[in-house]
Amino acid sequence: MNARTLETRKGARIRVLEGGPEDGRPVVFLHGVAGLLEDHAFLDGLAERYRVAAPELPGYGESTGEDLLEDMLDFALHGWDVVDGLGLRRPVLIGHSLGGMIAAEMACLAPAALDRLVLVNALGLWMDEHPIPDLFSFLPFEFGDVLFHDPERGAGLLTGGLDFSDETAIREFFVANARRLGTAGKMLFPVPNRRVSKRLYRAAVDALVVWGETDRLVPPAYADRWAELLPCAAPVTRIPEAGHMAPYERPEAVAEAVTAFVG
Amino acid sequence: MKFTWFNLMPWPHLPDDFREKHRSVWVDIPNTLYDPVRGHAVYHEYMDQLEYADSLGFDGIGVNEHHQNGYGLMPSPNIIAAGLARRTSRAAICVIGNSIALYNPPIRVAEEFAMLDVISGGRLVAGFPVGTPMDTNFCYGQIPALTRDKYREAHELIMRAWASEEPFAFDGKYNQLRWVNCWPKPIQKPHPPIYIPGGGSLETWDFCLEHDYNYSYLSFGGYMAAKMLLDGFWEQVAQKGKDESPYRAAFAQIIAVADTDEEAEKLYSEHILYFYNRCLRVYPGFADPPGYRTIKTLRQGTLTLLRRENQQLFQNVTWKDLVERGMVIAGSPETVRQRMEELIKTLRVGHVFCLLHSGNQPDEKTRHSTRLFAERVMPKLRGMWPEWEGDDRWWIKPLPDRVRPEQPVEAGR
Repeated sequence: MNARTLETRKGARIRVLEGGPEDGRPVVFLHGVAGLLEDHAFLDGLAERYRVAAPELPGYGESTGEDLLEDMLDFALHGWDVVDGLGLRRPVLIGHSLGGMIAAEMACLAPAALDRLVLVNALGLWMDEHPIPDLFSFLPFEFGDVLFHDPERGAGLLTGGLDFSDETAIREFFVANARRLGTAGKMLFPVPNRRVSKRLYRAAVDALVVWGETDRLVPPAYADRWAELLPCAAPVTRIPEAGHMAPYERPEAVAEAVTAFVG
Repeated sequence: MKFTWFNLMPWPHLPDDFREKHRSVWVDIPNTLYDPVRGHAVYHEYMDQLEYADSLGFDGIGVNEHHQNGYGLMPSPNIIAAGLARRTSRAAICVIGNSIALYNPPIRVAEEFAMLDVISGGRLVAGFPVGTPMDTNFCYGQIPALTRDKYREAHELIMRAWASEEPFAFDGKYNQLRWVNCWPKPIQKPHPPIYIPGGGSLETWDFCLEHDYNYSYLSFGGYMAAKMLLDGFWEQVAQKGKDESPYRAAFAQIIAVADTDEEAEKLYSEHILYFYNRCLRVYPGFADPPGYRTIKTLRQGTLTLLRRENQQLFQNVTWKDLVERGMVIAGSPETVRQRMEELIKTLRVGHVFCLLHSGNQPDEKTRHSTRLFAERVMPKLRGMWPEWEGDDRWWIKPLPDRVRPEQPVEAGR
């Protein structure tokens, strides 16, 4: 994958990872609440076949402009600004976690502007009987426990192998995490529901729901809820031995599910 | 010097094993630990103590706002302040304060503070905290990254509402009101003295100095730990070309006075340790949600609580620790006088919020300590800033001719 910087019409400066054949079907991957991790085997897998673009949200990594975005509508329109800036027509939108929430909103706003929708362990709905843990009250060392099927391996993936006994490293991680989640909080705090459920009737597009089965952040009951609310009778593909971070824990299995659906 | 007698209103019946059984005194504290029948007596005892402090000559009596908090029983400090406004007639009523980003719309604060100022005859000190993350974000659901922006807008709305003599429309990002028309309005002009309780963020200092508001540093870390922070504040004062009146700043200090130093430990250590070891147990995940602090402030901060192995920090602090580190000023009147003098000079503050009730301290001990402070310590500290005598820019301007309570509270009841 190659990285480049894109400036949106609104003025956000976005880092985008790109790869795959120029003439491949365009696929846009919207990352989750934890951001784009360094180990992106999942994107590499998709790039064998598709023209893949993975933009990083403002507030995440090198992308800036988070002060320009305040509410859900701002973020959904920003998503379309990025697609426009990339010059892609009718892409397949894959949204993971927080990215799924944004992708679903984008589909409600402009259903004719995307080819297909894939939601992977997507945030954005709320069910009283399955409360989502308050990730804004987690301490840095607790994220691995909730986001991954295998917490120990997950913590390594999340922090890029950061040494938690190193004061400078922990500070940098903490600051970057505050910036990421500070931005995500505009969509997710205090309850990660900005009422996309009442708009989903508009997302008349072929859709697939993919779910890491042991997700401890957004339990699998939400996979069925998405399928129920999407107007196209979306199938659900469950990925065993994968948690909320399924695309990072089981990249081949998730890429395979996407490929089987997109063709 | 001005002294305000402050009561946090802690719940005095937290169980002995609170620390072991519960992760936090705030936000998710089990509300089965609260007993409203016992609460009836607790409120009255605490309000009586505030009135007692007024009768002993404290300049102010102080209350504050916390939510879902085992050491703060005042989700609405204005209710307590209303009671005090009726039963006292001399001391300033210091509400430190109302978390203005939480009121929807914040015109409610302009109205209630105006009511308090009018009922008390112009004795209100109005505090506008940004609010702790526990209260503002976790209990009241405000988005951390937008809290400061919402606070700024609420402040603008309240100040315009107090100043304006005609109805106006307010087209804010968080509040849209077609008819803003504050009724009633405060007695004190142009407005009651405004205090901004804050931590160490540069943004808060600039905000205070830009508007000439008092900066109140409320910590339980004591004056020694606060020195670095207040030094930073005074540097900023100099940089902005403002005068160095000590009345620009206030500090909160836990104090306990007895006849001798040994007696102070004997009388108060149990209750002050209750406060530190039970009341201050706050789950660190509630203390700093991403987005609440600016990135600049975060880079300066300490991160000791973020590690798994440091979760038990501050467990079982001892009396000796607390006194040596100045977290608590306790002892004979002479010991307390010396250390208060040190505090006042070190921090350069003209106002002290005196926390003379701590944790589960019983009423008679609280009154004993309060009386000794008022009679044998306070008079000796009064004249510490002779060059700034009469600087009342940050103090109340009550009506000379105001209604007095029918049955004044008797000193030494």
